Amino acid sequence: MTDQQVQNKIKTEEYFINMGPQHPAAHGVLRLILTIDGEIIKNVEPDLGYIHRSIEKMCERDSYQQIVHLTDRMDYLSSHINNEAVCLTVEKGLEIEVSDRVKVIRTIIAELTRIASHCLWWGVMGMDLGALTTYFYAFRDREMINDIFEETCGARLTMNYNVPGGLMFDIHPNFVKRTKDFIAQFKTKIPEYNRLLTDNVIFHKRTKGVGILTREDAISFGVSGPVARGSGFSSDVRKHHPYSAYDRVDFKEILFTEGDTFARYQVRMMELWESVSIIEQLIDNIPEGEIKAATKAVIKLPKGEFYQRVETARGELGVYINSTGNKNPYRVKFRSPGFSNLSILNHISKDVLIADLVATMASFDFVIPDIDR
Amino acid sequence: MSYFSDIYKGIKTLLTGMSVTGNYFIHARKGAITQEYPDNRETLKMFDRFRGEVVMPHTDDNRHRCTGCQSCEIACPNGSIEIIWDRAVDPETGKKKKKIDKHIYHLSMCTMCGLCIEACPTDAIVWAQNFENSVYDRSKLTKILNQPGSSVLDGIED
Repeated sequence: MTDQQVQNKIKTEEYFINMGPQHPAAHGVLRLILTIDGEIIKNVEPDLGYIHRSIEKMCERDSYQQIVHLTDRMDYLSSHINNEAVCLTVEKGLEIEVSDRVKVIRTIIAELTRIASHCLWWGVMGMDLGALTTYFYAFRDREMINDIFEETCGARLTMNYNVPGGLMFDIHPNFVKRTKDFIAQFKTKIPEYNRLLTDNVIFHKRTKGVGILTREDAISFGVSGPVARGSGFSSDVRKHHPYSAYDRVDFKEILFTEGDTFARYQVRMMELWESVSIIEQLIDNIPEGEIKAATKAVIKLPKGEFYQRVETARGELGVYINSTGNKNPYRVKFRSPGFSNLSILNHISKDVLIADLVATMASFDFVIPDIDR
Repeated sequence: MSYFSDIYKGIKTLLTGMSVTGNYFIHARKGAITQEYPDNRETLKMFDRFRGEVVMPHTDDNRHRCTGCQSCEIACPNGSIEIIWDRAVDPETGKKKKKIDKHIYHLSMCTMCGLCIEACPTDAIVWAQNFENSVYDRSKLTKILNQPGSSVLDGIED
């Protein structure tokens, strides 16, 4: 018998393997049921529900001020932007116009949040691909942002700084100086990031041409954020439907057309520069104004439906509130970016190696509590 | 030929990356943000607004500012604050006035959202900067904020 005949006689079959719920490359309790032929992935089935906390149902119990702190716990890396989304929706319902000062401060902190989130993603992306050093470098710079948040908001991660009608309290006197210091220092760090990881040949070989997502698929699966922009789908809510102070700043929407893991990586790296530029435009002249518009102690939204979307670090977050005129909402629905982005994973991970799935997942930047709410 | 250029490019990018790490290796403590935490307890100072736990400050003669209006209890999203209150006769006016018996705070349930402190009309409760809250028994995290025998300061109305 020849070798070929021997191989034909060996019976092979596909088998299942669990990636997660506890897996170092899954960034949380996400269970992927992989169907594998040798090392080639045939099917990826995400299994959710391991950290479901029924946040949407809890919102029906709480008053509108109390909803805000629950959204900290969804996408904890862009908690301030989640808070802002809820507050904007409630303000839309109440028809309150917040002052320019609130808008500018919200935008600055949102962009700081985005930098912190992208920093963490960059570190973890390197770690997923086997470069542990990036993790420490990213956390060093993220620490400075966390200090800014801690000084102004009182918390580092779950900030709860927004309230419907404005902000809980004014920024700390040191806020402007600290932010400027951070920006000045961070601008010297991004080239360092590039020298460390972006220019690395091994990194290119692991990411270029891996997990290609076409523009058509991105649109039909409802993908948003840097993942969609890496495929050339212009979907930045900040640009197309400006909220807060985004209509008064000048920034580019980063678009790459390759659609592979490296394109998604580059989108986020370029967004760091854009976020820095947005903060630089706003930080020098924060307008004066009241910090909190007058609201009643018990907020009651008029009867009807209210929807507002914002751009978090991961994509488009939509908040839908259905009110019957009571002090509690009748129904709250969060359209989270992670959930929609996860839906594409099976589609683009067919017939790739397991290691490539890890690289693809790293470039998607999943935050599991955001998917599972 | 591409074989050798691959090797060249590989080594070049490796050295580029190592020049970054090597630079930090030489200047190890420059720009370091790590803190030697348990050893720096004496000098460690948290920010003023840091949300550690909710406390009720008392004056030297054991008076606090809480009128028992229950605004914090209503504002709390998950019932971390319970107030047991009573009515006592005011000796001057002869009217019955609300006063707290126990201001119970469940630190184990608290999410540090800060809504209670924002809601308090008399600034009776404030944030403390203490964050070392680990204990072996969960019941130790249920605290009674007002001290025994304390009473409200004169002139505090909600």
